[in-house]
Amino acid sequence: MTALALETKSLCKTFGALAVASDINFKLERGARHALIGPNGAGKTSFVNLVTGVLAPTSGQILLGGEDITSLTRAQRVKRGLVRTFQISALFKKLTVLENVTLAIAEREGVANDLLRPAGHHRALIEEAYDLLVPLGLATEALRPVTELAYGRQRMIEIAMALALKPKVLLLDEPAAGVPPIETGAIIDTIEKLPADIAVLFIEHDMELVFRVAQRITVLVQGAVLVEGPPAQIADDPKVREVYLGESKH
Amino acid sequence: MTDSVSPGSPVDRKAVIDAFARRHRFKWYEALPWVLAAGCYFIFDGYHALGAQIFATILFALSLDLLIGFAGIVTLGHAAFFGVGAYAAGIMAANGWQEPLSQLVVAAAAASVVGFASGMIVLRTAGLTLLMQTLVVAALLQELANKWSSVTGGSDGLLGMKIDPIFGVFRFDLFGHTAYVYCLLVLFIGWLIARNIVYSPFGRSLTGIRENTNRMHAIGAPVDQRKIVIYTISAALAGLSGALIAQTTALVGLNTLALSKSGELIIMLVIGGVGQLYGAFIGVPLYMIAQDRFSQIDPIFWYFWIGLFMIFVVVFARGGVLGVCGRFLDRWRSR
Repeated sequence: MTALALETKSLCKTFGALAVASDINFKLERGARHALIGPNGAGKTSFVNLVTGVLAPTSGQILLGGEDITSLTRAQRVKRGLVRTFQISALFKKLTVLENVTLAIAEREGVANDLLRPAGHHRALIEEAYDLLVPLGLATEALRPVTELAYGRQRMIEIAMALALKPKVLLLDEPAAGVPPIETGAIIDTIEKLPADIAVLFIEHDMELVFRVAQRITVLVQGAVLVEGPPAQIADDPKVREVYLGESKH
Repeated sequence: MTDSVSPGSPVDRKAVIDAFARRHRFKWYEALPWVLAAGCYFIFDGYHALGAQIFATILFALSLDLLIGFAGIVTLGHAAFFGVGAYAAGIMAANGWQEPLSQLVVAAAAASVVGFASGMIVLRTAGLTLLMQTLVVAALLQELANKWSSVTGGSDGLLGMKIDPIFGVFRFDLFGHTAYVYCLLVLFIGWLIARNIVYSPFGRSLTGIRENTNRMHAIGAPVDQRKIVIYTISAALAGLSGALIAQTTALVGLNTLALSKSGELIIMLVIGGVGQLYGAFIGVPLYMIAQDRFSQIDPIFWYFWIGLFMIFVVVFARGGVLGVCGRFLDRWRSR
């Protein structure tokens, strides 16, 4: 159990002269609750895209549980337990809530390549999907198309689909983005209740959520790590106050 | 489309899961096309040749629906596979291999090979680029058929096709009686295959790819591989359709590979409704019967009426005939 859940070594990504990631050495402990914060355009989402394989790094390495995954496809990384959610809800909008989650479970179990039997015959998968919706308060809306649900509820489905994949490492890209204040409470609760063995890295602008959940915080500025440490240290760091907290909090 | 069960309490768990797990079961209205087709055999005795053409074209449109409607792969070159199937069957028939069922098998195989090979290249792209590339594949094949006239007959078309009776018993007659039943049966098998795929976990994942490709990547789906598989299957079904037309008309020309063939097919599918499995069964007969009627009433100007009809569908009947019916039913139920 010595290997880190997730690690990047000297991760770099440039688009011409623009560096969205420069020499990022990042460590995510097993079972961690780790927040990645930074001003707009700091490269937070690019970092998630690099780690999950949407973008190919210019140089550097990505290790998942000690294994080098730098050259693996997106799907291969998911199969190894690296799962993400999206900043802007990316769901199958016309499909029902239950179907959204069932699709994820079908991929996890590898039955999605079956083109002979009806999907309804894989009943255990549907039951598992339903049971996953219950604690998230989504069961009552299981048969409704996603598009009919309020945005805050859709954010919960994002999390439900990620959990359906049984992740070892979960990357939450602004889980509360675009959600009205009255609904953020439910999302924070859900994140706090995530199974302890999942290492969670979340990007967030909502400082209430960050300081309530995170055990460690990494501050990213212009594609580079400015500082990393426990929340109390980050809150007191003058550099952080200057570039980040100063803009919004004080 | 929500279901009438109200989920929530543990008691409803079973109801919700049942409702979801039983979607693939046959509904009564799915028998309608087949009952109608069987009935038409006796009612419209003089139109069996047209009927056979319609059934073969429904199969063609059904194969396109698998791509556009379910996997979200928009193509302007689906005639490529239709044409390959038609030429495969036709070239066999013109060169001494006259057994029709083995021609079907070879036609489907040839079309699927072309589908797989071209899919490996064109499916790397999406949107307009994909449209252009599928169009180019069909255009290249058409030019190949044009230049390779020693085998294909070039611009004169393939002549001298001879087809044996089916099972050595049922001869293809001048009135299309055999062709009617033959095409209907092949369509039925093609429909069973398509329906099975649509309701399978594979088919559901195609819907996922259509709805949100990025999300499919994020849940670990091998998106490119899935697209190639459905592209190959769809090509095989289109090839079957082409072979049916070749066998029942005993004629294959360059028009089987033409852009207009692909475009017309999309029009028929849009009229019926895309992505609902039965759009082809409505759009194709409507279009082909209208074409048959209009071209007799107004032989020079009939495309104008078809065009006017299309504008009407696009403006007032989004989702085609099935879309309109669906909205009407929803409104009626919610009253």
